[in-house]
Amino acid sequence: MPTKPKIAFYWCASCGGCEEAVVDLAEDILGVIEKIDIVLWPVAMDFKKKDIQAMPDGSIVATLLNGAIRSDEQEEMAHLLRRKSQYMIAYGACAHLGGIPSLANQYSREQMLKYVYEETPTTHNEQKVRPQLKWSENGREVTLPELRHVVRALDQVVDVDYYIPGCPPTPKITQQAVGALLEGKLPPKGTTLAPDIALCDQCARKGTKPTDVSFTEFKRPHQKLLDPEKCFLSQGVVCMGPATRGGCEAVCTAGNMPCTGCFGPTSRVKDQGAKILSSLCANIGPRDEEGIDKVLAGIPDPVGTFYRYGLAKCMLRRKVNLPPQAQEAKV
Amino acid sequence: MNNPIWQPRIVAFFCTWCTYTAADLAGVSRMKYAANVRVIRVMCSGRVDPQFVMDALAKGADGVLIGGCHPNDCHYAEGNYKMLRRFRLLQRMLTDLGIETERVRLEWISAAEGEKVKTVINDMVEKIKAMGPLNLPGRFQEWDREMDSLEHAATQPKESEKPHAH
Amino acid sequence: MQMDNQKAEVRIGFYACHCGSNIAGMVDVVEVAKKAGKLPHVVLSRDYKYMCSDPGQELIAQDIKEHKLNRIVVASCSPLLHEHTFRTATEKGGLNPFYFHMVNIREHNSWVHTDRQEATEKAYALTQAAIRRVAHHKALEVKKVKIEPSVLIVGGGIAGIHAALTMAEAGKKVYLVEREPTIGGHMAKFDKTFPTLDCAACILTPKMSTVGSHPNITLWTYSEVAKVEGFVGNYKVTVKRKPRYIIEDACVGCMECIKSCVYKEPKFADEFNEGLGKRKPVYIPFPQATPQVVLIDPETCLQLKTGKCKKTCVEACADRHAIDFNQKEEFIDIQVGTVIVATGFKTFDAERLPQYGYGVHKNVYTALEVERLVNASGPTGGHVVMRDGQEPKSVGIIHCVGSRDKKTNRWCSRVCCMYSMKLAHLIKEHTGAEVYSFYIDMRTPGKGYEEFYDKLLEEGVQFIRGRVGEVTDWAYAPGEDGKLVIRVEDTLAGYVRRIPVDMVVLASGLEPHKDSQDVRRLFNMSCSTEGFFLERHPKLAPVSTFTEGVFIAGCCQGPRDIPDTVAQAGAAAAEALVLIDKGSVELEPNTAYILEQECSGCKSCIPLCPYTAIAFAEDRNKAVINEALCKGCGTCVASCPSGSIVQNLFEDEEIFKEIEGVLAYE
Repeated sequence: MPTKPKIAFYWCASCGGCEEAVVDLAEDILGVIEKIDIVLWPVAMDFKKKDIQAMPDGSIVATLLNGAIRSDEQEEMAHLLRRKSQYMIAYGACAHLGGIPSLANQYSREQMLKYVYEETPTTHNEQKVRPQLKWSENGREVTLPELRHVVRALDQVVDVDYYIPGCPPTPKITQQAVGALLEGKLPPKGTTLAPDIALCDQCARKGTKPTDVSFTEFKRPHQKLLDPEKCFLSQGVVCMGPATRGGCEAVCTAGNMPCTGCFGPTSRVKDQGAKILSSLCANIGPRDEEGIDKVLAGIPDPVGTFYRYGLAKCMLRRKVNLPPQAQEAKV
Repeated sequence: MNNPIWQPRIVAFFCTWCTYTAADLAGVSRMKYAANVRVIRVMCSGRVDPQFVMDALAKGADGVLIGGCHPNDCHYAEGNYKMLRRFRLLQRMLTDLGIETERVRLEWISAAEGEKVKTVINDMVEKIKAMGPLNLPGRFQEWDREMDSLEHAATQPKESEKPHAH
Repeated sequence: MQMDNQKAEVRIGFYACHCGSNIAGMVDVVEVAKKAGKLPHVVLSRDYKYMCSDPGQELIAQDIKEHKLNRIVVASCSPLLHEHTFRTATEKGGLNPFYFHMVNIREHNSWVHTDRQEATEKAYALTQAAIRRVAHHKALEVKKVKIEPSVLIVGGGIAGIHAALTMAEAGKKVYLVEREPTIGGHMAKFDKTFPTLDCAACILTPKMSTVGSHPNITLWTYSEVAKVEGFVGNYKVTVKRKPRYIIEDACVGCMECIKSCVYKEPKFADEFNEGLGKRKPVYIPFPQATPQVVLIDPETCLQLKTGKCKKTCVEACADRHAIDFNQKEEFIDIQVGTVIVATGFKTFDAERLPQYGYGVHKNVYTALEVERLVNASGPTGGHVVMRDGQEPKSVGIIHCVGSRDKKTNRWCSRVCCMYSMKLAHLIKEHTGAEVYSFYIDMRTPGKGYEEFYDKLLEEGVQFIRGRVGEVTDWAYAPGEDGKLVIRVEDTLAGYVRRIPVDMVVLASGLEPHKDSQDVRRLFNMSCSTEGFFLERHPKLAPVSTFTEGVFIAGCCQGPRDIPDTVAQAGAAAAEALVLIDKGSVELEPNTAYILEQECSGCKSCIPLCPYTAIAFAEDRNKAVINEALCKGCGTCVASCPSGSIVQNLFEDEEIFKEIEGVLAYE
């Protein structure tokens, strides 16, 4: 009797939404589970790292890893799972592009920890207590993983075979990907398993976009009563749709929120943020610097807007002039 | 690149009609300027994709210079305005990402302004020399050095613990 | 074959040109070729004395065959100069010409750098970029566009006239547009021409009337070009015809209306005579004006100004009914294949140099005014008399007014020395006055010009070398009373002199027209720093511009005399004829196209195209580019947020590879 293919699910720096997405397969998950043998799924089943370590290399058919890589432990698990798996699949925006966690790449580790543990308005921490990597009490020692200085997408740590995009991936593309995997109908290595056409193609509002938007202002979604049917760009609201891979079935725009870009760029684009910037700016109305700047003032945080899910995979990867790591580690 | 006689490398995107021609004119006129700029010819400054600018920086350019026709003078009517609009936000975004504004420049240089090619290039080289290398490839390497030990450890599965305080 | 090349292994041939010592003097081309030879895919790398020479080109063609090369890179001069040459050589070798890429190591390198090592490093970096890029090149087809066999000539001076006649004689349709009410330009105002002293009118007016009557020439005077669209071979031009309040076809040029105007005497300043004569509100600029059609000046005509006039002119015109006070601006659209811009110059405004007293001292004249005074058909009938009616007994001619001067115009206007001498001769001939000529350097480069100078020396014209400091009526030495005193440092004698004269003539220099920038934009041309239109190449393409199919002739390109202007007009006509007779023009295949499968139909690109080449296909919900309208700027490509537009010859990948190449560290 042939053994069922072994599959691992793992999470790193993520919110748990990707786990939900797997569960969202609803009854379909039962069909999937019948066909596979789950060897690791920390959120749902009790397997230990040592169980994986004990497996022969390459014995897992595929690992679907979600979350960005921002600690040594996550990095280590990524390496371990990579070694044990035939296919390493980056599951969800964080593993694919760095995701929301990679917005931390605008700060150094120290700046971030200091802010989080000492400076946020809701923090009361007079002793400036911070988590320690190692703590001994009563002869017992506990340890914590160490944060890296840089938040990384999975493929910046280990070799990745496929990407399933989304924050989180939809049940449909998850199912299609798992189906393709089980049937052995996988595209060339490195493919992102979602349509390679930008979101507008699927967006119900597409027909309402005029040919010339000629932006005179940009508003953020909370600054405006959003028309439930009109193209967001025609309302002067930044929508990442034109620069974002489709496949999500335009659920956000259907819910009256503009696309924020979680599916990442198409295969033809190397930097999603640069491209949406190029497209939006070219279509601004004014021609003089002052007029242009006035319109662009409506985009106060271009990095956070254009790289909400992908700063790790931005061509520059990170704010480039942060204090050198060696110097900071000594602090 | 940590050479003591470090020389900035500047990637330039010149539109063929104005700035590239101006650079040709500077040549024909035998003007002398710094040898740090490598020109990539495009038909119009409107062709300059912000990706090109960021890619150049990421691949080791210390600065990027974009040259186009003066406002109103674009061979293609309006390409230069499109570049200007992109440039305004690109420069702000790059500043947010820690790139000094002087490293990325947009200049209008007409076909007749060979002299301006010279002054702009010399000025830019001087300013970047004062700022020092950007060296993003080097910084990327430095950032990734934190993964070295573990990669090694991962090939020989063993717990590694190097505790130090955050 | 070409398809095969795309899939087959990339085999690059690289050639570094010495360009004699032009490149090799500063760039170690041997070293560049040696290093390039070790780069991936480079199967052959050579350095060669002159790549653009016949043997150089032949070398490429042969190597392609012998070494099965499928990509060619040449590092030499600017692609704007020789890209075409090497593409042709590549094609000769049996390869698609677009498998070629060029590296500029002369204009952008050896000529502008001073450190051999740096220059060589740069050359190698640029070479690496080209070698990486060329691997991604695709075979492309050149598009051919039919050329409309017609020409628009802008400006009806001697340049425009000569070009128009040349093209019309060759059987091509010519539209000649002139801003003034008559053609003839500056030349029509001259009495004699240097150095032969033949009568300007005698040589010009027959040409003017031929233009007026030539079946192949449509002449629109008092008209301006309002708009230009399209591209080489197919320019769509809108011409604005200003109202002259005369129906041109009905006017027979009898001038009865002028005679019968309610103004019995001419009382308004006459522009053609530089304001020295008077005309009526209805007038003809000069007797031989072409077309022989009067016009009415709305600023001075009682009927047009006040609506209250006896309209005696209309009576006089009688059943010809040529006068139409309700005439409005009219716009005419035409389609032409080529354009010749010959818009000429303006003279320097002498009031900008107050030290010479023009506009202050009444006996200070500009040279153009004196041209009218010596002209037999001028306001004084050819008598050189001053404003008080007296003949001058002494005249000082000041050269270089608004030329060779850092404060005004730096350039030499080229014609002033010669026309000053011509005027000196004519004044002497007409009045017998003592003539002083104040010059900085005497510039007489032309056939018979130096001889003319010699002749003037013999005639007793006094040449004084020095830039005049001022012209003043402040007399303090005997003999200066009532005279204009020219103060000058005589740099040959070595002291400052005061020379009293009756009349001063300012040899004003030549300048671009005030609106030359507008004209330049209209035709998408460039201007040199001074504001004269820029030729494509000063030596190799002196009448071409950077806009394909648009040529320049005459003083709009820079100051020149009549022989040079006519020669240049002939050259521009010949270039236009070449295009027309070729029948079609090859367009650079750098157009953009949409990847239809991949396009999401976001419409971001559509408004960006200044040529409306991008449309939205409602049936497919995708953008489409009309290749015939696309001019290949690539703006839409850079802006496509999903990377679904590709520009031929400038594909993203090609540019990314170039970036990688120029930054490739050893």
